[in-house]
Amino acid sequence: MSRLNEENLRIARQIVSRYPKKKSALIPLLHLSQEQNGMVTNEAMEHIAELVEVTPAEVLGTCSFYEMFKRHPVGEYQINICHGISCHLLGAEDVLEHAEKSLGVKEGEITQDGKFSFEGVECIAACTEAPCLQVNYRYVNRVSSDEFDQLVTDLKNGQNTQIPKHGTLAKTRQNIQSEKLAGPSEVENASPPVWLQRNKEDQ
Amino acid sequence: MSIPLITTSRWNIEDGHTLEGYLRTGGYQGLRRALEMTPAQVHEEVKKASLLGRGGAGFPAGIKWGFLPPDVWPRYLVVNGDESEPGTYKDRLLIERDPHQLIEGCVITCFALGLSQCFLYVRGEMAHGQERIASALNEAYEHGYVGRNILGTELSVDVVLHWGAGAYIVGEETALIESLEGNRGMPRLKPPYFPASIGLYGKPTIVNNVETLSNIPWIVEHGGDAFAKIGAEQSTGTRIFAVSGHVRNPGVFEVEFGTTTFRDLIMGDQYAGGIRDGNTIKAFIPGGASAPWFFEEHLDIPLEKTTVDNEGSMLGSGAVVVMDETTDIVKACHNVVRFFSRESCGKCTPCREGTNWLEKILDRILNGYGRPEDIDLLLDVCDNISPGISWPPKQTTICPLGPSAVSPIASALKRYRSEFDAYIASNTDTPVTVNGGRA
Repeated sequence: MSRLNEENLRIARQIVSRYPKKKSALIPLLHLSQEQNGMVTNEAMEHIAELVEVTPAEVLGTCSFYEMFKRHPVGEYQINICHGISCHLLGAEDVLEHAEKSLGVKEGEITQDGKFSFEGVECIAACTEAPCLQVNYRYVNRVSSDEFDQLVTDLKNGQNTQIPKHGTLAKTRQNIQSEKLAGPSEVENASPPVWLQRNKEDQ
Repeated sequence: MSIPLITTSRWNIEDGHTLEGYLRTGGYQGLRRALEMTPAQVHEEVKKASLLGRGGAGFPAGIKWGFLPPDVWPRYLVVNGDESEPGTYKDRLLIERDPHQLIEGCVITCFALGLSQCFLYVRGEMAHGQERIASALNEAYEHGYVGRNILGTELSVDVVLHWGAGAYIVGEETALIESLEGNRGMPRLKPPYFPASIGLYGKPTIVNNVETLSNIPWIVEHGGDAFAKIGAEQSTGTRIFAVSGHVRNPGVFEVEFGTTTFRDLIMGDQYAGGIRDGNTIKAFIPGGASAPWFFEEHLDIPLEKTTVDNEGSMLGSGAVVVMDETTDIVKACHNVVRFFSRESCGKCTPCREGTNWLEKILDRILNGYGRPEDIDLLLDVCDNISPGISWPPKQTTICPLGPSAVSPIASALKRYRSEFDAYIASNTDTPVTVNGGRA
């Protein structure tokens, strides 16, 4: 079941078609599979290898380099607590300590109900809002212990509908009619773009 | 003196990120203006503006553009939106709050240089930014600002939204290209070949930062000369600075280059508003985690590239991180070193091994197991990564990530060595020498 489903396969083919070389679509497709399954499975990587025409080993090679791709299960809500320098100065370690106590699991473990996991991550670019965290890559700024607990309660009870399950990044997809696309260029033996040629004649 | 806001003018407009809001506030005028000019004229305006790259290295964009070899096709534009330098926080806001400005900058650049496709690489963790860019692109395509026959002309360029998956090193331009080709994000050796001659798919490629490209519409609309009049002689225009850490009012500010000092930015009421709780300043990082630290005596240095370079640091990515008197310098130093150690891609030995050992040595100092010789050991490892521990740093590595881990150690030891000594003196265990023997 962890090959891309029919709908995602359609999206995947669309993504691949926008690049001059298929392998460029590898990271976007890994995200797509993670969106479908909450993690990246071996079967998904094999399927992606077929789609971009490389070996599964090459897909794994790329996949394993990037922190966001989880090749093991994580909580439905993955809480990334920033411990970059700005958050460190304003109490990131306290947030991490509190998370461990509040969720009752250690960094990298999943709560028994499968809902939560957390880890300390490097700077997530919200430094003026320190200490901050992301739940499935959605920001929560200047978070206190009470706010952390409230957030967890809301997510548990389904009262926070803003945050999608782990794996979903942008909820808005690129949706472009094919006649509006310029289309990828030929990588080899391309000629100079027409608008440059016209201007040469003008000058 | 009040100067026009160039890149952040729509940040407080609620619908500034939509096409409607963008057009209402003068959007896509730069593109219309460009299409009345020849591509060479547009390039000329950017050269006249002396726009410095806003990613970190600060190389003039117009000159970088000029490195494209003539008559090699196709050429590509790659937008570096993989902002991950600790303390840095401007590209994300530009992407979220004014995505059309960035798209317009991309299209103008492709027009000027004959680039046949643009890849907009947004950091993976920025889900909201990706949503904003995706909606903006959908609108821009729908209304003919991007894609086939832009605004009814023969200009046809696609802007492809691409997203990363969590790797700081991908902010290095050749690593970004590797990642965009679907590979592990490891930098390529340069020189001899820079991306402008051999880049994406082995073709000439311009890699520009989000903030750099966000300046382009204004420059083309108002002219390069008007832009060059703002700011300092060698650092023109404005720059977005994020001030974080122990300040009263942390925030992101667009300021004029050269006329503003670090003191204005950190202490000024209209900016960060001074140190919290009436404390005194202990140190500050002037340009992102890679930059050597500054101290109180550096506060009056103007925000201007050449001056800051000469003082032994850099404006880098425009991230100012302020530490007050309560800061544990050893912990702060360990924090920054750990970052580089974690983010080392592993390609070059001095960085892969060196940053890792720096972190381990600092770990043991912090945990009360420090040895008197550890400070010399730290400096020795630093020297192996960046011979001479000087500024600008020498490298034994392909990219500057390794030497960046040296900056916090060299800075912290220079001024606050006593704090390291105090940790080491707290070691009550039987000392163990580096060679493993009992002292």
